[in-house]
Amino acid sequence: MARSNRLLLLLFLPAGIVFAAFFLVPLGQLFVIGGTGKEGWAAYGAILTNRNYFNSLVSTTLLSASVTGATLAISGVAGVFLTRNRFWGRVALVAMLTFPLAFPGVVIGFMVIMLAGRQGVIGDVAEWLTGEPLVFAYSMAGLFIGYVYFSIPRTILTVMAAAEKLDPKVEEAARSLGAGPLRVVRDVIVPGLKPALLSAGAICFATAMGAFGTAFTLATRINVLPVTIYGVFTEEANIAAAAALSFVLGVLTWAVLALARTAAGSTVAAAG
Amino acid sequence: MSEAPAPLAIRLERCGKTFADGTRALEPLDLEIRAGETLVVLGPSGCGKTTALRIIAGLEEPDPGGRVLFDGTDVTPVPIERRRVGLVFQSYALFPNMDVRGNIAYGLRIGGLDKAGRDARVDEMLAMMRIESLADRRIDQLSGGQRQRVALARALAVRPRALLLDEPLTALDAKLRDTLRVEIDALLRRLGITSIYVTHDQAEAMALGDRIVVMDHGKVAQIGAPREIYFAPASRFVAEFIGSMNRLEGRVEAGRFVTAAGAIPWPGAPPGARHVLFRPESVRLADADSAQLAGTVSAAFFLGDRTRLFIECGGHPVIVETGERREFARDAPVHLAIDGNSLLLLKDSQ
Amino acid sequence: MRRRGPAFWCLLGFTLCVCAFLIVPVGMSMLAGVTVNYQSGIGSGMTLRWVAQVWEGYSDTIFRSIGIALACLACTLLLGVPAAYALARRQGALARTIEELLVMPVAIPGLATAMALIVTYNTLGEFRTSWTFILTGHVLFTLPFMVRSVLAVMGAIDLKTLEEGAASLGAGFFRRIFTVVLPNCRSGILAGSLMVVTLSMGEFNMTWLLHTPLTKTLPVGLADAYASLRLEVGSAYTLVFFVMIVPLLIGIQVLARPVELGTKATRR
Repeated sequence: MARSNRLLLLLFLPAGIVFAAFFLVPLGQLFVIGGTGKEGWAAYGAILTNRNYFNSLVSTTLLSASVTGATLAISGVAGVFLTRNRFWGRVALVAMLTFPLAFPGVVIGFMVIMLAGRQGVIGDVAEWLTGEPLVFAYSMAGLFIGYVYFSIPRTILTVMAAAEKLDPKVEEAARSLGAGPLRVVRDVIVPGLKPALLSAGAICFATAMGAFGTAFTLATRINVLPVTIYGVFTEEANIAAAAALSFVLGVLTWAVLALARTAAGSTVAAAG
Repeated sequence: MSEAPAPLAIRLERCGKTFADGTRALEPLDLEIRAGETLVVLGPSGCGKTTALRIIAGLEEPDPGGRVLFDGTDVTPVPIERRRVGLVFQSYALFPNMDVRGNIAYGLRIGGLDKAGRDARVDEMLAMMRIESLADRRIDQLSGGQRQRVALARALAVRPRALLLDEPLTALDAKLRDTLRVEIDALLRRLGITSIYVTHDQAEAMALGDRIVVMDHGKVAQIGAPREIYFAPASRFVAEFIGSMNRLEGRVEAGRFVTAAGAIPWPGAPPGARHVLFRPESVRLADADSAQLAGTVSAAFFLGDRTRLFIECGGHPVIVETGERREFARDAPVHLAIDGNSLLLLKDSQ
Repeated sequence: MRRRGPAFWCLLGFTLCVCAFLIVPVGMSMLAGVTVNYQSGIGSGMTLRWVAQVWEGYSDTIFRSIGIALACLACTLLLGVPAAYALARRQGALARTIEELLVMPVAIPGLATAMALIVTYNTLGEFRTSWTFILTGHVLFTLPFMVRSVLAVMGAIDLKTLEEGAASLGAGFFRRIFTVVLPNCRSGILAGSLMVVTLSMGEFNMTWLLHTPLTKTLPVGLADAYASLRLEVGSAYTLVFFVMIVPLLIGIQVLARPVELGTKATRR
């Protein structure tokens, strides 16, 4: 028993050392450096007291919340539809819907430009309809589109996995008791999917809070937290403030995921 | 099985097991397993029977002070891979990355047997378990019964010194369980190998065991031959765990046991007895004048070959099985005759 | 259930719209990468000029990304598989806590992790400016995917009993690992590997802060191109990226059940 425990420890050790040296220690260092600026430890309160940072936090949170809501609604409907119906071409449809799963943020940004940029489809269609091109890629709306684009594949997969496990007999039982289709959705399907929706929603929210690549590609002065931090770090060269802000952002996203995990009671792997 | 090793005698001395979280799975246990016998360890789930088996196998270490002896040699510190015991699991534990042949040959390969020797032994095992046609199948292509046959073949291929079976039939359906039980019984008798068979199924225990160890809450409740356990249970737990048991309250009066539903002649009745136990098969339906007890039918289940009756007897339910073909109406009055010699008295029921 | 009402067609239409939303820009950008002038449309003719230009200007980023991804794979295999085994064999709160900790680099924004690495190691000049600095970030970010992927398979096959079976037949520790444990975890290792390579190739959040002008990776080059070059070149570069990443994504879909992937996250 003791022997096998030592062996297991030995097997874990390399990963543990790398993890400690390159993640735990740097994170601690980040925390310390965050308190060494002009304001000292007050830097950690700056996200609330500095008007600029606070606005950034509010707009990032609002953006992330609306992305989460839209993604859950879209993916919930499509995911349940795809699990409950079998038709020709379904497999191809699922494959296409989950295809952009691991696209990096910069590429997502470019996809938004393709859709809603100066030469984008939406602009062309709008020009053809109204005579005015519609361009919104380089604004908050573009970021919203990009984050929804990024979150749909993963959320659909989570919803489908959960819907697969829902026992259709519970639905049949509800219908045998006189529930109509909408009632079944409200009373059986949504509660059954709740843990999955909660965990997918948390990942979606945390990802939107911390994402950087998409905003970077869309390049304009969109006031979201990661862009603000990047600005503080590179333009103002205020390393302490940037460290404090990114530490707070890290704690925030991690807390959202941890909270969702406790609420959903299942493992929520995370995103940044 | 010409080169089979001589059967092994196993002894456990004060083998207790306390887990890291403080739960006591097994009270210190002394147990003797004779060379060549089949010992069944029987008990409800959580009674410590699997822990005892795992200690014998070498998968768990007993608490300090406990010893496991194989033919008198202390093997307590020897890990399982060097104990040469065959192990059969409830979940089969077949290797999904190998076919049937690969699974059976695995232990032989580790033992360093050459290819020709391995092939010959695998063929012998396949023939013994009558699964020659499955030799090249993948594990996921096998049914539960086939898997258990492969698992047995794999465990026996290395000619282990003892065979340990942990609920090997529990995952199978009832019919298959009966068939395989007969096969395992024949196999163990033929091989004459020392085997320890853990189960919660009393029918399996009765059919297979030379001796049965009944366990409850980490302790041995009784050790004995199947007949002893059945006809002379040492405690109420054993009596009720094995088979169905009826129980009546009353008192002893002039060589009779007097109950609310009638009196049963009981020569040699101990004076202080307040409860008696008896098996359903020692009661029969009788005419009013030759009966000792009267009651009414509270439920009747027609089972095909017999009818199982639940009879209300002076406030106690009594189970009776009868071969009579007639239907029994609810609340119909019936009369019962009991053989006084089959009445049981337990120490803890006085 | 064969009868399909208007609800079915409505929902199908909706799902197709979602699909179009995801796929149309991909198709368009691929097309733009081989069109002479995207503004005037396909009519202007097809060309590989832009792809050639990308190859000329950015081939080093492509090879660097492939190199880092493979090195990252090697590291996560060597670190992650033994760690997953140790975590699978150890039940209890400690093992679960460690598992949680390991996932943190995915939960925390890459920006924060990268900044933490920089403030800690910027004094180690040679390490700071070499590609191994980027590799470090990638290993941190992808390790959880390898560990979880392998752990999921180990949990599904009842590893403990299989090992006990092997041990009862005389197999010692290393023999069990190589004949029973690893072969039966193949699918998890493969799925984890594909995920690690895919994520490493696309990682931008950390890499943007960790890279130096001499250690640009493919996504860093992409961001460069989007910002400073014409749309067709950006598209051609994206096309190159797709060509590299699509086989990996298809591999992931075929191999790892989508169900398992759904609970794991990726990030940009």
